[in-house]
Amino acid sequence: MSCLQTIQDYGLRSVGYGQRLLPKEDFTLCEQFVLIGSGMIWNVYFGFFALIAGFFLATAVALGKASSTTWIRKTAEWFVLIFRGSPLFIQFFFAYFAFLSLKGVSSFFDPFTAAWLGALIVLFLNTSAYTGEIFFGALRSIPKGDVEAADAYGFSGMPRFRKIVWPTMLRLAWPAYTNEAIFLFHATTLVFFTGFPAWQQRGDALYYANYFADKTFNPFVPYPILAMYFIMMTLVIVGIFGLISRHLNKHLPQEARMTKRPRMNLIR
Amino acid sequence: MFSYCADPSTLEGLTWLSCYLTTGKHMGFYMSFGTVLLLLAITAPTALAFGFVGATAARSRIWPINWIGKGYVAIVRGVPDIAFFLFFVIALDQMFEWMRHKVKCPDWDLPIRQGNDFVVCQAAKLPLGDSPQWVHEVYGFSLAILTFAIVFGAFAANVLFGAMRAVPRGQLETAEAYGMSRKQTFWRILVPQMWVFALPGLGNLWMVLIKATPLLFLLGVEDIVYWARELGGTANPRFTEYPHGDWRIWYFSALLVFYLGFTKVSEFFLEKLMIKLTKGQATTGGETQRKAEA
Repeated sequence: MSCLQTIQDYGLRSVGYGQRLLPKEDFTLCEQFVLIGSGMIWNVYFGFFALIAGFFLATAVALGKASSTTWIRKTAEWFVLIFRGSPLFIQFFFAYFAFLSLKGVSSFFDPFTAAWLGALIVLFLNTSAYTGEIFFGALRSIPKGDVEAADAYGFSGMPRFRKIVWPTMLRLAWPAYTNEAIFLFHATTLVFFTGFPAWQQRGDALYYANYFADKTFNPFVPYPILAMYFIMMTLVIVGIFGLISRHLNKHLPQEARMTKRPRMNLIR
Repeated sequence: MFSYCADPSTLEGLTWLSCYLTTGKHMGFYMSFGTVLLLLAITAPTALAFGFVGATAARSRIWPINWIGKGYVAIVRGVPDIAFFLFFVIALDQMFEWMRHKVKCPDWDLPIRQGNDFVVCQAAKLPLGDSPQWVHEVYGFSLAILTFAIVFGAFAANVLFGAMRAVPRGQLETAEAYGMSRKQTFWRILVPQMWVFALPGLGNLWMVLIKATPLLFLLGVEDIVYWARELGGTANPRFTEYPHGDWRIWYFSALLVFYLGFTKVSEFFLEKLMIKLTKGQATTGGETQRKAEA
C-alpha cells in the first residue's frame, strides 16, 4: 500500500473519516506518521478554542482579582486557586464524573460527557485561571506614569481601560502568556488518558502514539514522531505569538522591543 | 476494623460510614497518599541533582557537553511531559534489559526485536521472572521515579542555568581578581549565591511537581487516582458488603481538596524560606526587609 493511499485512509481518521479499522500489524513508518498527525487535529482543536475563549475569561478574572468589590475579588481568587492549585489530570476526572452524574438528571448534559465539549470546558477554565493570574500580575506592574498620563489627558472609565491599561497589560504579560499557550497545547494530550472516552478510537496524537507503542512494544518510533509534531507546533505558536508581540510593541524603539523576547523559564 | 462492623447490612448512617471508611481497601487508599509523598520526597532531590548536572553541562566551555546540556533542556521542554512519562517507562525498562542481555548472554544470536516482541534471555529479565511481587512493585516505582527525575531535571536545569547567570558579574570578577581558579569560583562563589535567584523558579517547579504526581497512575503504580477510581465505582451488592452507587465524583473531590491543601501548605513554607534567603541580599526584596527593620 502506497503512502498516498495511507494518507487517504487515515489522514482524517481521528475525526471519523476514511478507514474504520486501525492498522493491526506490520505498521509502516508512513502509517505511524499519518495517524499520529491525524490525532494532532484534536490537539489543535482543543488548544485553539480553549486559548481563544480563555483569553476573554482571563481578562475578566484579572480585572476581578483587581476589583475593589469584595465578592467579585473573592470569587476570582477562589476560581484561580482551585484551577491553579489542583492537577489538571484530577480536574479532568472530576469534570467527567460530574458530567456523568448530571447526565442522569437531564439529557441536556449528554454532549458534556464527550471529549469535544466536556474536555474543552475543563481546558478553557484551566487556562483562564493560569492566564488570569498572568494578566493580574501584569495589571499590577503597569507603570504608574502611564495611567497618570491617561488621567491627565482626560481618559477615564472604559476608554482608559481599552486604550491604555489593556494594551499595556498585554504587552507586559505577553512573554509569560506565550509560555502558557505552549503548555496549554501540551496539556491537551491528557484528555484521552482521563475519563473521557475516545469514541470509535478517535483520539488525539498521544492516543495513537500510545496505541502503536502498545502494539509494537517499541516506544522508539511513535514517541519521537509525536515529539517532532509537538516541537513543530511549539515553533508555530512561538512564531504567531512573536508576530502579535511585534504588533503590540510597534510604537516602541527597537532596543526596547528586543528585551521582550519570550523567556522560556516560567512554567506552570 | 471496629467490633460493631461484623455485619455491615444491619448498620446505618454514621456507623455504616465509619465501617465503610475503614475497610482494608480504604486502608490501601490511605497508604497510597504515602506513596505520593514518598515519590515527592525522593524525586525532588534527584531531579535537583539532574538539574544541577544539566545546568553545569549547559554552562560548560567544551562544546559536546554544552550541546548535550542545552539539548536535554530544549527537548524535554518542547514535548508534553506525559509523552515522556509514557515513553521512558518502556524505554528505560528495555534499555536496562538490553544492557544486561549484552553482559549476561554474550553468545545469544537471535535478534532482540522479533516482530512485535522484545526478547532477551531469561537471566537478563528485569526483575527476574521468579522474584516476589514486592520486587516487581519496587522496580515499577523506581522506574517512575527515574522518569520523573529525568523530566523534572530538565526543568530544574533551566531554572538553575538562569540562576547561575543572574549572580552579579562583579562577584565572579572579584573572585578571579583574588586568584581563584574557575573551579574554585564556581564552588565557592557562584553556587552559594545562586539559590536565592533560583528559589522562585524552584518553588514554581515544586508546585508543578506536586501537580504531576497523579500521572503516576499512567505509569502503572497503584496511586491515589487508581484507588479513587477503584473504590468510587459502583459497588455491586453481590461482590461487596458495602454496596453503593457511583461515588467517583466524591472520591475525586477528596483528591482535589488534598491537592489544594498541599499547594496551600507548600506556598506558606516557600514564602517563609524566601524571606529567610533574601535576608541581607543585594536585591529589592532584601532592601525592603532592611528598611522594614530599620
